Amino acid sequence: MQHWIIAPIILPAVMGPFITLAMRHDVTLQRVASLVSAVLLVGLTGALLASAAGGNVESYELGSWPAPFGIVLVLDRLSALMVTLTAVLGLIVLAYAIATNWDQRGRNFHALYQFQLMGLFGAMLTGDIFNLFVFFEILLIASYGLMTHGGGRMRLRGGVQYVIYNLAGSTLFLFALGTLYAVFGTLNMADLAERAAALPAGDGALLRVTAVLLLLVFVLKGALLPMHFWLPNTYALAPAPVAALFAVMTKVGAYSVIRVFTLIFPVTLAPMGGLVADVVVPAALVTLAIGMIGVLGGGTLARTVSFAAIGSMGTLFLAIGTFSELATDAALYYLIHSTLATAALFLVVDQVRARRGNSALVPQAPLVRSGLVAAFFFAAAIAMAGMPPLSGFLGKLMVLQAIRQADWWVWGWAFILVTSLIAVLGFARSGSVLFWRPHDNNTPAASDEFQIAAGTLSGWGMAALGALLALIAALTIAAGPVTSYTRATAAQLYAPQAYIYAVLGTPEERAARLAAEEARADTLHGADHGAPAHSDLPATPEGH
Amino acid sequence: MEALVAIAIGAMTASGVYLMLRLRTFPVVLGLSMLTYAVNVFIFASGRLVAGAPPILGAAPTMTDPLPQALVLTAIVISFGMTALTVILALGSYLNAGTDQIDIERPGEQPETGN
Repeated sequence: MQHWIIAPIILPAVMGPFITLAMRHDVTLQRVASLVSAVLLVGLTGALLASAAGGNVESYELGSWPAPFGIVLVLDRLSALMVTLTAVLGLIVLAYAIATNWDQRGRNFHALYQFQLMGLFGAMLTGDIFNLFVFFEILLIASYGLMTHGGGRMRLRGGVQYVIYNLAGSTLFLFALGTLYAVFGTLNMADLAERAAALPAGDGALLRVTAVLLLLVFVLKGALLPMHFWLPNTYALAPAPVAALFAVMTKVGAYSVIRVFTLIFPVTLAPMGGLVADVVVPAALVTLAIGMIGVLGGGTLARTVSFAAIGSMGTLFLAIGTFSELATDAALYYLIHSTLATAALFLVVDQVRARRGNSALVPQAPLVRSGLVAAFFFAAAIAMAGMPPLSGFLGKLMVLQAIRQADWWVWGWAFILVTSLIAVLGFARSGSVLFWRPHDNNTPAASDEFQIAAGTLSGWGMAALGALLALIAALTIAAGPVTSYTRATAAQLYAPQAYIYAVLGTPEERAARLAAEEARADTLHGADHGAPAHSDLPATPEGH
Repeated sequence: MEALVAIAIGAMTASGVYLMLRLRTFPVVLGLSMLTYAVNVFIFASGRLVAGAPPILGAAPTMTDPLPQALVLTAIVISFGMTALTVILALGSYLNAGTDQIDIERPGEQPETGN
């Protein structure tokens, strides 16, 4: 599998410019190329998943530069799971966008979409924390374009908010990276993990500052309170299919928290202790409450779903912040579920908007051909609220079970159960206003200038939405195999030695490499008769 | 030298944060630029401040760390592009909406741009 690890980054990186440069005049070609790329990506990531499922960690050294000096990509169970989830969601949302003509409402949709996927895959695969920043920027730049795709007054204003919020986050990320480099002198995650463990006790404060700075950046992406303000406007004002793809963007924040705080700053590290849990758990509880209250008072279906996404991030961070193997297992299962459910709900929002021009939760003229949409909304809302029989119920049950070991479990249980009830109420209210309430003659019709846009009611679009719901059903039925994978992933995360050895080599390999370098240096010195060392010597860790 | 650099970073960060909290796009863009200047100097300083030494091992008795310089270059390029993008987006938003306010008042009740 050696070189295949980089394929999910290379393929969209090549397809994006190719679509813009060579196919910009031909819609059909663009669509075919984009779809082919998305299908290939599902295949590639599926193969990576199969390769990582065995439990070995693979490291890919870019340009064959050895590990702490060059950039590495690392494939383990967690990154394989994330890239596969992203590829599958990316394919379905792309199919939806093409079927409903969304890709034709602005320019360069397909190229931006490929770059978005490239940034997501890169962020999930990289083993270098500065490279993580670079891929964050790539996925953000693409998301700025996708968010304002199609234009419009409100969407551009929402876009400005989104861009500024994220630029502030990127600056914070750079501050965190500067501190990290000043303290440790390296940016390779495996190397960081080793150096953090060996840090002198007096530097504990620096370590904590760095950890909290990074945590702030990641929870900003993950929309944890109080860093969530960008999300409702962005998701509600973005084109709904784009918002469906963005469902996986908040999960990149969650992924980064899991990765960095199990590998570099684990709870077993003396200066860290319960620091992260003390910050994340209360914030997650409040996020859960605010999110689900937002579901009750969203005003439009789009904002309702945005707040539901925030609430589900609260549940997710509650499980992540517990930092136990059992809780991370639950978090990963819930992460898959929450991504699919959020995306499905945003596609429902798009179908509602296509039928009446807005998704405001006030009585209006009945929807055109609303039967199937109503059924899909019902299923997606059940999944999102966490009612049986769908995967949301299983996910929440696993989270409840996992946090039972923590001493604050009563709070966790109370918040999860009460907010689930609020979410059920909120979705029931939205559903009944949109699909069920009898309409009398005084009900205002949809606005006059509104016309159903061409193609938006396409059967293929509904099929894509159905595919997402089928995946949720499959996640429920196949919960056994999925949880055995997530359990193995959690076990791998809490035994990071394998990751570190895969990247940096085992101690024996490192000793052998150092000996070989010294032998080479000696021959060079011998030829020069003690002249100053040449700059072509490979750098040693001391010179770093 | 360390104190001077630290004060400069602090001053730029403070003014950047202040400007970012304004409600109009122009001061916010200026604030973002100030913040990126601050962070660029900060990253540069993270490899320790060494005066008059080349970033090359073995070319002189002392050397300065080359890696933060490479990181700063990346950060400069990214922040430059981002600032340009923000300006264009802010301009587009101003021309479309007729206001350069960053806040969206009562977002739940505004007409949606679903189509």
